[in-house]
Amino acid sequence: MIDAEHMLPLLGVAVVVLGFVARINPLLVVMAAAIVSGLAGGLDLVGVISAFGKAFNENRYVSVSWLVLPVIGALERAGLQERARDLIVQIRAASVFSILCLYLLIRQVAVAIGLTSLGGQATMVRPLIAPMAEAAGEAKLGALPGSTHDSIRAQAAAAENVGLFFGEDIFVAIGSILLIKGFLEQNGVIVQPLELSVWAIPTAIVAFMIHATRLYLFDRRLMRDSRASAAEKARA
Amino acid sequence: MIGLGAVYLFAGLVFGAVAALSARDATNPKRWANASFWGLFASSFLLGDRLGDFGNGLLVLAMVVVAGTVGLGIGRPSTTAPEERRALSHRFGNRLFVPALAIPTVTLIGSFTLKDIVVGGTPLFDPGQATLISLALGVTIALFLTRTMLRQPMLAAFQEGRKLMDLLGWAALLPQMLAALGAVFALAGVGAAVGDLAAQAIPSDNRFAAVAAYTVGMAVFTAIMGNAFAAFPVMTAGIGLPLIVMKYGGDPAIMSAIGMLAGFCGTLTTPMAANFNLVPAALLGLQDRYAVIKAQIPTALMVLLANTVLMYALVFRF
Repeated sequence: MIDAEHMLPLLGVAVVVLGFVARINPLLVVMAAAIVSGLAGGLDLVGVISAFGKAFNENRYVSVSWLVLPVIGALERAGLQERARDLIVQIRAASVFSILCLYLLIRQVAVAIGLTSLGGQATMVRPLIAPMAEAAGEAKLGALPGSTHDSIRAQAAAAENVGLFFGEDIFVAIGSILLIKGFLEQNGVIVQPLELSVWAIPTAIVAFMIHATRLYLFDRRLMRDSRASAAEKARA
Repeated sequence: MIGLGAVYLFAGLVFGAVAALSARDATNPKRWANASFWGLFASSFLLGDRLGDFGNGLLVLAMVVVAGTVGLGIGRPSTTAPEERRALSHRFGNRLFVPALAIPTVTLIGSFTLKDIVVGGTPLFDPGQATLISLALGVTIALFLTRTMLRQPMLAAFQEGRKLMDLLGWAALLPQMLAALGAVFALAGVGAAVGDLAAQAIPSDNRFAAVAAYTVGMAVFTAIMGNAFAAFPVMTAGIGLPLIVMKYGGDPAIMSAIGMLAGFCGTLTTPMAANFNLVPAALLGLQDRYAVIKAQIPTALMVLLANTVLMYALVFRF
């Protein structure tokens, strides 16, 4: 039933997987994958490069978000990250868990009511949320090694993504809900956006509980690790 | 009418400034690589519509060759020292947050209101591009506020922007590259091939197996393509509609809503979703480029399991 020729374009997927696993420069990997898949799918080299160029040009809007970087950089130059840290240190109850969990909740609720642009990795996480979480960690646990800073930052980025992904479908006018509606319509099933978005609510609640629990356990592990390393230092 | 063209012109000028400042940075041993990379990026925004498909393809190829063979360096323009930043943060206090929050606020307000501004019977702004225009507007206003409230020179903003762009390096181009790869994949028939494979692999003898094949298939296919939107039509046409809806009488709305969220679990696990997973690792200066993905994988797996159970519990009941 499945003929080999029909499956040949999947070689491009294999190129992507192998390239990412081998940590080759991702731009080379993506270009190679496009050429392999395109040739396997019956295009010639000029055809592949043209198709890639056309799609690249049409998707320029994806990179427009980098325009925020000069603003963020100038604000950091003027002490934005330091200010974010100071604010957190004043709040004695602040912990890595409470900050990231609160951000997760706010982000999820905000996107659920359509306020998707109130957040983002470049506009919120790098200048504000990550420094706040790191400051809370240092206020509670003292100076932290670089690897711990990295893991707190990674958790801040993860909280942003989880909040965004499992909140956005509750809003009726988001792209994915409209895509579902359009696709079902093509197949003769008429649904209203609201009928779809209510069924995103159970997953949103479960995802919040799962990720909040993981953040709590992450914070507890940080505390355990810092106590263990303090004890080690005392012994030495 | 002000539309995408104006936004791209603005972006091209900003990235062009980054390229020019890179070329002048003698402290970066790879300054010419950086200058050509960002210069080509700027040309794409300024001239992309005039280059033709093949011309644009060659432009991308040149960027890939520069970044993939010569490699990009990281410019280190002179900036404020940590002590200066602390002193400045005390002086400015919470005023520092005003420009930072101006970007999302203006973007938000603009995306709701710009379409209603009508001059002489025609809308002033392209209603279809309200969000991107608002973002560019938000950046402009924030730059102005940074200049007036915090007295940061305009040149400093571009230098700091260049530093962050260099920190991203290839990761800055990856989301757009992956979007283009998705288009080539679609043209070459990758989606159809994966859909056929998945349809071969499903055990269709009971309801739970059909639900699990659909949710797990959504997650895996999304991880491969980097985008749940590409996976949804293929998996829903291949497994969801024929099995869950037609054969077992499941509700199509519940199935689709939860199925899409199962796809998002896949998005959390894949470097193919570069803007969510690899870009933040670069922006935050993490040693491990996959650190964000590793932080997300346990949540992704547990939510995928929850989605499967939820769909099984709900889809046949309503």
